[in-house]
Parts: sequence; structure tokens; C-alpha cells
Amino acid sequence: MAQHAPAAAHAHDDHHDHKPHGWRRWVFATNHKDIGTMYLVFAGIMFFVGGLMAMVIRLELFKPGMQFVDPLLFNSMTTMHALFMIFGAVMPAWTGLANWQIPMQIGAPDMALPRLNNFSFWILPFASAILLLTLLVPGGGPAGGWTLYPPLALQTADAFPMTIFAIHLMGVSSILGSINVIVTIMNMRAPGLSLLRMPLFVWSWLITAYLLIAVMPVLAGAVTMLLTDHYFGTTFFTAAGGGDPVMYQHIFWFFGHPEVYILILPAFGVVSEIIPAFARKPIFGYEAMVYAIASIAFLSFIVWAHHMFTVGMPLAGQIFFMLSTMLIAIPTGVKVFNWSATMWKSSMTFEPPMLFALAFLFLFTIGGFSGLMLAIAPADFQYHDTYFVVAHFHYVLVPGAVFSILGAVYYWLPKWTSKMYDHKLAKVHFWLSAIFVNVLFFPQHFLGLAGMPRRIPDYATQFTDWNMVSSIGAFGFGLSQLLFPYIIWKCVRSGAPAPARAWEGAHGLEWELPSPLPYHTWETPPSAAVIARGAEH
Amino acid sequence: MIRKALAPIAALAAVTSLFFSQGAHAESGWHLLNMRQGVTAISREIYSLHMLIFWVCVVIGIVVFSVMIWSIVTFRKSKGAVPDTTMVHNTKVEIIWTAIPVAILVAMAVPAAKTLVQIEDTRNTELTIKVTGFQWGWQYDYLENGVRFFSRLERKADAARQLGSGVDPNTIPNYLLDVDNPLVVPAGTKVRLLITAADVIHAWWVPDFGMKKDAIPGFVNEMWFNVDEDKTGIYRGQCTELCGRDHAFMPIVVDVRSKEDFQTWLKATAEAQKQAAAPQPAATAHAG
Amino acid sequence: MNASARRENRKLLLKLLAFSLGAFGFGYALVPLYQVMCDITGFGNEKRLAERSVINAKPDPSRTITVEFLAQLPTVGNWEFRPLQSSMEIHPGQLYTADFIAKNLTGRDTVAQAVPMMAPTKVAPYFHKTECFCFTPQHFSRGEERELPVRFVVDPAIPADIDRITLAYTFYDETTRVAASR
Ligand SMILES: [Cu+2]
Repeated sequence: MAQHAPAAAHAHDDHHDHKPHGWRRWVFATNHKDIGTMYLVFAGIMFFVGGLMAMVIRLELFKPGMQFVDPLLFNSMTTMHALFMIFGAVMPAWTGLANWQIPMQIGAPDMALPRLNNFSFWILPFASAILLLTLLVPGGGPAGGWTLYPPLALQTADAFPMTIFAIHLMGVSSILGSINVIVTIMNMRAPGLSLLRMPLFVWSWLITAYLLIAVMPVLAGAVTMLLTDHYFGTTFFTAAGGGDPVMYQHIFWFFGHPEVYILILPAFGVVSEIIPAFARKPIFGYEAMVYAIASIAFLSFIVWAHHMFTVGMPLAGQIFFMLSTMLIAIPTGVKVFNWSATMWKSSMTFEPPMLFALAFLFLFTIGGFSGLMLAIAPADFQYHDTYFVVAHFHYVLVPGAVFSILGAVYYWLPKWTSKMYDHKLAKVHFWLSAIFVNVLFFPQHFLGLAGMPRRIPDYATQFTDWNMVSSIGAFGFGLSQLLFPYIIWKCVRSGAPAPARAWEGAHGLEWELPSPLPYHTWETPPSAAVIARGAEH
Repeated sequence: MIRKALAPIAALAAVTSLFFSQGAHAESGWHLLNMRQGVTAISREIYSLHMLIFWVCVVIGIVVFSVMIWSIVTFRKSKGAVPDTTMVHNTKVEIIWTAIPVAILVAMAVPAAKTLVQIEDTRNTELTIKVTGFQWGWQYDYLENGVRFFSRLERKADAARQLGSGVDPNTIPNYLLDVDNPLVVPAGTKVRLLITAADVIHAWWVPDFGMKKDAIPGFVNEMWFNVDEDKTGIYRGQCTELCGRDHAFMPIVVDVRSKEDFQTWLKATAEAQKQAAAPQPAATAHAG
Repeated sequence: MNASARRENRKLLLKLLAFSLGAFGFGYALVPLYQVMCDITGFGNEKRLAERSVINAKPDPSRTITVEFLAQLPTVGNWEFRPLQSSMEIHPGQLYTADFIAKNLTGRDTVAQAVPMMAPTKVAPYFHKTECFCFTPQHFSRGEERELPVRFVVDPAIPADIDRITLAYTFYDETTRVAASR
């Protein structure tokens, strides 16, 4: 067993199935399930914090004129909404799902490095608290956009070092979390479970984790340079001292583009678990799926400058980044086609996880289409920094990443709690989310094409109508999400008992475990027969 | 098609807007759905690229979504569908659906690259104007003629946009899209802009000209446009790179005039500026 | 987990930590890499424009290129700074001198540095300076006004599609330099 705490305070719990009680169970947690739960709860809270900021944004944009917030506060809202959603909600949610699922799916008793696991989680609340507190310091929170472009970011007041510190901490947390995932997958698989027999969720996380430890430190480097430019007289990014503000953008997007895939690749994994389960049919083209994820990850390193076509790049650069970006459509297309083929000649049922996965399929594809449009460099001169871009990445991240996280929770919750949630309510949650997400983001395509720039608190009057629609969608979407914690709470409190294999078509080692789920699982690795049953794709 | 699909949403929002808006809109925005064609050869070329890639996406979308919807409707357990669990792999199909996108992408990339080459062709420009973005406005400098001026948000809109001003933006013509001194350029002329910034990064964009370029302190970016001879008029745009508190409030207005009218304006303005200023230091910083 | 498994895990942990540390270093390595890229493509903050270069090229009187001169000042500070000629018609391969004029209105002795830039950026590798006031910081006493020369040659190998070059200088003194980095 992994968790031999030196203090031995709860060492006696090892090898037994009763868990430490009270606050110690959580503060000193080393059990992957407990840590997974904490990550998910934390991500949920941050989702609502970031969501509240989005509501402020959409409220101010409901109609033209400044009604509620100062422009600077508005800018902090857009900046912090992004930071909280990316580093507070989506990434920790994926780490939480990795914690819960990866050991169970590969037949390991726990994560490989349990105490590191505890540490990487507990960094997060502090980092978020620091970031949130910037709203209270003189000069307000960071307001230069989550990309922190200099020289604007250097105009941030007292919030500046706090923001950088918070980003460093979140970066360290995610790097340590990813290292743990890699070590777990590489070293802790049950004997006989070769890499190419792993579930696709595990595969997607393995690639994500490598991507993350490669680029997150680059972000750390970039923001450290900002910090030294601000306080220690270096001139990495200031023209006055021979530096170059555009260089920051290159370094940032060298991190930033892979970061986008860090947010979405695990979603590919989740969808590749859910669709076969409810289609009662193995995933089509398992190996192609693995290679597609790997090629997307590789391509993500050579497309970064498509975020900056307007900085004045040489022609050759524009053409190169346009072509490399278009290439991404190919492996992404392969994934969408494989999911579709999985549904072909299948036998589907439409429980809540499947509904979210299907919505992902349709709406992520729409986000992919607008991504392809944005790749066309000359057209990007028109799209760049307009609401078209906002619509694009929200289609990819909300019905993409967020829906698949919701789907994943609905899929595995019966395993985690051994109880079934209220399907009717979950379906209401789904339909409200699916409808409002489109009311919210689809009109933003129109706004962008009609010429509305992003990151503005007030706009010309002809943009009023679609902004109102978008805001109504936002309020509807935000309110609908309140159902989610209620459904979970109700499930935990009074859900009906769920069978060990909660879904008829579910395959994978996690479903081979008994329900109620023991606190420690796979202390003896699964046998070859169990692996064979669980690992059929 | 899109319009039809969105009709119910539009109707809902229209009803809601009746409840929420004070007074009538200056102009309805429901019809604003697509990119404009603009008034330059390049902007029209970009528009046709945009429409081309859009229709490519629509066609792919119809095919892919049809397959998905067909599956969802047909292959239901409730309809007694039996899964074909042997269908896990098909090299031929997989090659086809990799090859077709490759072909489509190549077909897209060629015209796009051609347009890029045209955009980058900066030869034979006839008029150079230096554009400097600052927090929060623009400075225009007609290098050959010594004419220079600042261009800021028009005053009424500036008053109305203050938090809690109580002024309905709908009562102000071209709210947030009007300035005190517009940039004046001649039609039918290849105008070259040298774009830079004094403090932070801004971006100069007039959608009808099809081009957008960042204004970066310490850099001089180059961009050109050539408005059709017969398309004189007022064209409006905005700063499109977040530049701080009043990023939303630094519009761009370009007054495109006939060549003769432009020359008349230029001479008059140069004269007026000469008289207004005692010998003016050439590049004294505009203290902001 | 037995001891050997734990050792394996720690080994991999250290390797991956070293990998991320390397990635952090790579972030910094992107700075010189970027400069190399800029030198090749001419894009970016043209470092080479601030360096002396020697060129022995044959003048090419068949080509004429317009060189424009721009003088800029940061928003803060108090200087006068302008080119004496707004533009010049030049032949590639021939040596020319252009003059800028600067006047210190800051009310004290100071040192100023001009930072050059160029449009279009791709011409930077073909624009050679044999002498420039931007090579070194310039000392100005209070109220001093001085002509600042730049001597340059345009490489005849400059791409054929270039008919116009803009050379711009931004003039930073100690105050504006500090202010600009804030
Ligand atoms: Cu601006």
C-alpha cells in the first residue's frame, strides 16, 4: 500500500476498509478517491465562481450603455472568468476524474505518488484564494486579459504579483498532478494490461499529461519574465530596452495552444468511453483514436502563431501557420468520423451521460468548423479579436470540455456513490443546458461577423438584439447549472442503489469492481480473465 | 436556413427586448448575420474566402450530422436494433475519410495563400499615413504633408457611456462609432498605413476594408487598402486589441472622399494647422 | 506497493520533474531562439539595426527605392526629435547619410537611446548601417540641440518587390525608458 504516512496517525487504516474520519480524512488525504472527490468539488465551486463572473459580463452586455460595472472591473471579470474557468474549473475537474478513474481503470490500488497527490491538490485552494483576493486590492484585479500581454499587463497595479504567483501555484499543481498521472499509468498498470489495451480515457490523459508538463513550465517562464520586467528592470518585452512585446505572444501561445488541447483531449477520452457504452458496441478504430490524439498533441506545438496573424508576421510565417493549423482538422475529423461509425449499426439508449456525449459530438463539431474558418489567415484578419472567436472557443470549451465533464460525472457517479441519481432531473439539466448553450453562444457568431470586437463592456447599438439573446441564453445556462449540484446531493443522500455495472453496455475494469465501492480497490491486481473482460474496447 | 432555424429564438428575444429596452432602437440588428463584403478588392476576396470555407463546412456538416442523426433515429435499442459488435475497424473507410479532408484542405489553402500574397504586396502605394494608437484614441499623421491630428470618441457618446449617465445610447447617432476628427483618405488610391502605438498594443480595424493590424509600441506595422473609386463615404471600425480601461471607446472613422475633394481637404487642413500652431516641435510627445 | 515499485515510481518522478524543469529552461531558451528567427526572417525587434555592419556592394543605379524617416517619442518625457528630411530616393549599394535632430527639453543633463525599427520588417536584413546614433547611448546636456547622423547602405540583393522602406526611431531617455517599462 502506498499511503504509509510517517506520522502513522492513520497508518492503521491501511489494509483495512474503514477510512479516517473527520477533517483529517480530507486534509491528509492520500486515497485517490478522496483526492478525486476534492478536486471535483473544488472544480465545481470554481465553475460557479467563474460562472458568476460570466453573469456579470453578460449582464453588462445585455444592452448598450454602461449600467452596472466600471470598464476596468469589466475587464477584470473577463480576465478572471478565463483564469478561473481554465485553471480553476476545467483542469482540476480533469485531474479529479483522472484521480478517480485511472487507478480503477488500470487495475492499480492507488495513484503512484499519494502524498504528492495530496500536495498538488492543496496548492489549488490557496492559489484560487490569492487570485480572488486581487479583486480587493487597490487598483483591482488583473484586467489585461488572461493572456497577460505586455505592455498592458505591466500596467496592472498591486494585483500583478499576486496574479503571477497564483498562476505559478496553479501551474505547479497541475504539473505535479500530471506527473502523478504519468507515473501511475506507466508503472502501476495491472500485469497484462498493455498500453494498447488501456481505455481511451486513460490514453487521452497520458498524452495530456505529457503535453502539460512540456508547456506549463513555459508559461511559468513567460510570466516570470513579465514579473522581472515589472520589478527587476529586465527588458524581455519592453521595446525601450531592446525587448519585444511580440516575443511574449510567441512564448505565451507556444504554451497557449497546447493548453487548449490540455482542456479538450481528456474530453475526447470521456466521449470515447461513453458512446460505446450506450451504443453497446466497441469503439470504432481504437488505434486510430489513439494516434489521432497523439497527432493532435504533436501538431499543437507547431500552430501557435495562428493566434497572432495580425501582429505583422512575414508572409512565409503566415502561410506556414495557416497550413499547420488546417492540418489539425484531419485527426480531429478522424475522431468525429470514428465516433459516428461507433454509433452506426449500434443499439443506443439515451441516458444522461449519452445525451451529453451526443451534444458534445454535434456542438464540438460546430466549434471545429469555426476553428477551420479561423485557420484561413486572410479571413482571420476579419475574425480576429471579434465575438466570432469568442463563439468559437466557447463552442469548443463549453459543449466540448464542460459537457464532457458533466457527462463523465453522470457516467461514473453511480460507480463512485453506488447510487443512481434522478435520471429525469438529469435529463432536464441536459436539455436546459443544451438549449441555452446555443442561445448563448450561437448569436455570438453573428455579432463577430457583424464587427463586434471582444473584450468590450459597451457596444454600438446595432449589436443590441443579438447581445440580448446571448445574455438571456447566459442567464438560462447559468441557472440550469444549479440543478447539477442538487442532483448530485440528492443522489448521495437518497439515490437508489446502483448495480456494480451501472450501465448495461459499460465495459472497463472500473465496472468489474463491486458496489458499494470499497475504499481501497484493486489491492490485488485484476486477473487476466477480468482484464480480458474489462479491456475489450 | 440558419435564419429560419433561429426564428423562434429571435421572436422570443424580440418580445423580451420590448420589455427591457428604453425607447426604440436606432436601428434593428437582427439582419446582422454575416461578414460584410466591404469596399476594397481585398475585402471582397476575403469575403469570398469566408463564404467558400463556410459552405465547405456546411456541406461537411450536413453529411456528418445526417449520419449521426440517422444513427440516433435508427439504431435505437427501443426499436430493437442489434449492435454489430464486429464492426471495429475498416482500413479502406479510414483511408477515405482521411484523404477527402486532405483534398478539401489543399483546395482551401491555395486561394487563401494567393490572397495572402496580394495582401503582402506593398508596392506602388500613393499616400502614407502614420497611425499611432494610444490610451485611448488614435493619432493620424500625413507624413508627406505635415498634417497631423488626434481622433477621439465623439463627445456626446463619451458622456453617454459613463457609468450611470442616464443617457440612452439609442438617442445618439453612431454611438461609440463616431469620432471628433475622422481619418480622411482618397478613394481609388493605394493608401499605406504605418501603424504603431505609444503605450500598449492596440489594433486598427475597419471591417469594410478587410484588414486589421496590431499597433505595437516599438514596432511599425505596415498595412494598405485601396477603396473603390465609387465607394466614397464614411466607414467605421474599432480598436480590436484589449488596451485597458477604455478599450471599447476608441473608435476609428474613415471618411473616404474623391481624389479632388481629398486634395482640397488636405490643403485646407495643412494651411489651418500651420496657422493655428506657432512653429510646432515636430515630434513632441503628446503628453497623455 | 512494495519497495521496488516505490523506487521505480520515484525514479520516474525525478525524471519527469527534470523534464519539466527543462521545459521551464526551454521557455527562457525561446528568447535567444526568437532572436535567431528574427535575424533570419528580419521580423521582430530588429537587433541588427542597432549594430554596425560593413558592406562592399556595387551600386545599382537602375533601381530606386524610397526611404522614409520617422521619429517617435514615448508618451511621457519632453524632447524634440525629428528627421531633417522626411524621405530620400536611394540606389541600392550606395552609401547615404540622413540626419535627425534632437533637442533635450527635460531641463537637465541626460542620456538618451534611440531604438530603431523598420517597415516592412523583411527588409531589415538588407539594411546596413555603417554609422548610427543608435549604436550607443547619446549624452545630452540641458537644453542641448544636436544633429544625429545615420549612414546606411541598402543591399542590392533586397527583394524586387520592395519600393519603399521606412526607418523609424523611438527616442527614450532614462525617465521615459523606466516609464515605458512600467
Ligand atoms: Cu486600443
